[in-house]
Amino acid sequence: MKLKIFLIFFMFYTQSLFGIEKTIDPNTIHKNLRCLVCQGQSISDSNSDFAQTIKLVVKDLINEGKTEDEIYSFMSDKYGEWIVFKPQLNAQNYLLWILPYIALIFGGFLIFSLVKKRQ
Amino acid sequence: MRNTVKIIIFVIFFFVISVFYISLTRDVNYNTSSLINKEVPQFKIAYFDKNEFYTKQDLIKNNYTLINFWASWCGPCRVEHPVLMKLSAENNLDILGVNFKDKKELARKFLKDLGNPYNSLLKDVEGKQSVIFGIYGIPESVIINNKNTIIKKFVGPLSLDDYKEIKEMIK
Amino acid sequence: MLSNIGNSILFISAFLSISIIYLANKNLKVSNNLIIKNIYQLSLIQSTLIIVCFFTLIAAFIVSDFSLVTVYQNSHSMKPVFYKIAGTWGNHEGSLLLWVIILTIFSFLFLIYNKDHPKKFRLLTLIIQNILILGFLFFILFNSNPFSSLSPTPSEGLGLNPILQDPALAIHPPLLYVGFVGSSIYFSAAIASLIVNYSEKSFSSSIKNWVLISWCFQTLGILVGSIWAYYELGWGGFWFWDPVENASLLPWFAMTALLHSLIVFEKRNLFYFWVIILCLITFILSVTGTFLVRSGILNSVHTFASDPTRGVYILLFLSLMIFSSIYLLFKKYKKENYNLNQNSKETFILINNWFMMFYLITVLLGTIYPIFTDALTDNKISVGPPFYNAIIFPIVVIFLIFMAVGPKVKWIKNKFEDIKVYFLILAGSIILNALILVFIKSYSILSNFIIISALFLIISSLKDGVSAIQKNKFDLARIISHTSFGFLVLFIGLNHIFSIERDYNIKVGETKNFENYSIKLEKLDLKDFPNYKAVIGTLEINNNFSNEKNILKPEIRIYDNPKTLTYEASIKTNLLKDYYLTMSNIDRSDYYNIKFQKKPLMIWIWISVVMIVAGGFLRLFKNAKYS
Repeated sequence: MKLKIFLIFFMFYTQSLFGIEKTIDPNTIHKNLRCLVCQGQSISDSNSDFAQTIKLVVKDLINEGKTEDEIYSFMSDKYGEWIVFKPQLNAQNYLLWILPYIALIFGGFLIFSLVKKRQ
Repeated sequence: MRNTVKIIIFVIFFFVISVFYISLTRDVNYNTSSLINKEVPQFKIAYFDKNEFYTKQDLIKNNYTLINFWASWCGPCRVEHPVLMKLSAENNLDILGVNFKDKKELARKFLKDLGNPYNSLLKDVEGKQSVIFGIYGIPESVIINNKNTIIKKFVGPLSLDDYKEIKEMIK
Repeated sequence: MLSNIGNSILFISAFLSISIIYLANKNLKVSNNLIIKNIYQLSLIQSTLIIVCFFTLIAAFIVSDFSLVTVYQNSHSMKPVFYKIAGTWGNHEGSLLLWVIILTIFSFLFLIYNKDHPKKFRLLTLIIQNILILGFLFFILFNSNPFSSLSPTPSEGLGLNPILQDPALAIHPPLLYVGFVGSSIYFSAAIASLIVNYSEKSFSSSIKNWVLISWCFQTLGILVGSIWAYYELGWGGFWFWDPVENASLLPWFAMTALLHSLIVFEKRNLFYFWVIILCLITFILSVTGTFLVRSGILNSVHTFASDPTRGVYILLFLSLMIFSSIYLLFKKYKKENYNLNQNSKETFILINNWFMMFYLITVLLGTIYPIFTDALTDNKISVGPPFYNAIIFPIVVIFLIFMAVGPKVKWIKNKFEDIKVYFLILAGSIILNALILVFIKSYSILSNFIIISALFLIISSLKDGVSAIQKNKFDLARIISHTSFGFLVLFIGLNHIFSIERDYNIKVGETKNFENYSIKLEKLDLKDFPNYKAVIGTLEINNNFSNEKNILKPEIRIYDNPKTLTYEASIKTNLLKDYYLTMSNIDRSDYYNIKFQKKPLMIWIWISVVMIVAGGFLRLFKNAKYS
């Protein structure tokens, strides 16, 4: 009985967990693009001519069926990597993405070695 | 072991400080240079006056092409206009004007008052075509050679120095 | 006239610093345990003078003395008096004076409040603190002098950037400065302690209250800055992982780590060098932050007027600080004998430090990485919210779990007897999360984990609180701070998940519908105010489901001095949610762009942070009572 309740609950849970449909939200994309003519704002926050143009183009690209990442790489082809708030995972940025985790593992190792010494 | 750690830490320290120092003296203004030395992307921009389109294939006929994005509401465009007029005298260079997010009558009046330097006049009503050339604030100009490669991009109004540079380029 | 007074005071203060250093140095060689009276007096005079100096500058701002360059550039005679005063520290030069005030006051207070510590240690702390003071005084005098005069005197000032004319921003810098400039005192104490080999447990009692004070103020400062960004910048968020924001967060991570490891040091005399390193890092990061922000090598939402010569000076100062810290550390480092059990409070506090260092490294790397790519490869990149969200949030989940379990663990050695209880709490959190998921809205897997772990922390901290009350032996300060931290993460998570955001181009009279809301632009009014004109929109927002009506009035302001356009958000706050609306004009068109946001539980995010700080202050009062 208990198991049954648990299973029903579990199914319900996972269903609502994975049931999220994957649509592209233009606003998420706008938030991740820098407004080049503004002071540190994203396209979503700005209403400048430039931001309006980019919003139109993003809309077109979504309608063409481009994925989020394709849109980002389109933009950085045109305007340089500076326009995308999410740094691409390329040779230049490997350090940026990996170093925090290396530090995390290293720190864990350090603590582990301190604790183990005693035993 | 301790010495290695020591050396590593000091090297990192000097490295970071010197990068900071170098950065202090660098120009912070942003330039979109990612399109330079690349082939012109495919494009299709409507003519200002007729129901036809100018495409990448049309560029091949020209020796050098300067694509200039402008509008009648843009102050700096007025400033650079005399330079464009001077450039229009060059035989080696075709000037392609793209009228950007503008009203037709105002654009016509602008050219009537200040002269028309453009070999072909196109329009970009919604501004979407400007993105193809990485334009983010007009006036901006792009120079393309006869191999369809973008060789230079000018952000902001063209100056007399730019004029000399362009003349040198298209020789 | 004011310029002369100010300049003379600055020179006298610099001279006083030199005298204090000289006298203290002389007094070091005297072998009794008394510090001579003169040093106290000079130190008191020094901090009084600097305060007088600061008031002189405030006076210059109040009377709009435009013969001072700083006043001319940052003030305007038409400005309300409150913002004239706040303008004093709203600019680079004035804020540096605030730096020095905090440096001197803390120096004096540290001297008089630590009488039971070794004389040598106290004198050396004083000397090092005065070297810092001297460094900043020279910087002020020769590079960023707030009293530089201008001739002929201009008749009117240039005005202060209107988005900086805000009550939150008036108190934000002083709070933040008490936080990160305050950390200078334990930087000095740490260096002094290294030099005189003062590494007993009692060292911790000389700095722990200072760490707490600076941590509390730093937290408050960050909070007020976020509130300001939320109200004033008009994007509806409060944290953008912007370089300037990161600069205030970096010392915070170090302080938080220090706060915790000091407990271990105090109780068990462990981790002396680690504590010292954290003391040093905190202030070094504060100065690094100042360097990044003031030198203008970073692009940011919060612009300060920047000037490369300033950068060079701060960089020089910074390198000297780092260099001498590293040098001393290597010279004095001795291997410590650790005696750790894996299930002990010590280990869990180390784990806290481990995560803090991870956050610190991530944020530091993200902040300075673009500088490196730009300088080395000539390629500018942006490191923005997606990076931090991707790296930091998954780790927060584990952090919260440790945070829930850690405080319950005993010193030295502990056996987990109540593992069953934790499983129950975990099950409870999962069920609660599932209820939200099923009944309201589903969200991403990561968000699920975050909500569950936040709930786990809250429930177990509360349970701790209850059982501690029964035993009548409990650490209220810790329970409040930890529970509130759980709530903070929970509210930020829920806020993020349930926010609604829509933007439209709209004309007067038009109505837009979405979900169960309708929004109508009823009218636009043009109004004149003393120092600006405003276009005020009146928008009616109607919740068709609950029939709740709200009128919001966002503004577009046109300021005269200096000429700027700002967009004022209109915000309706209640206990459950904020409605947030901004309006902006579209060039060459009669449409207006409006952006509507529903931000659930916004006010609870602020309250959680206030409660976290309340825990800190409570601990501070307790310490003061028992010492």
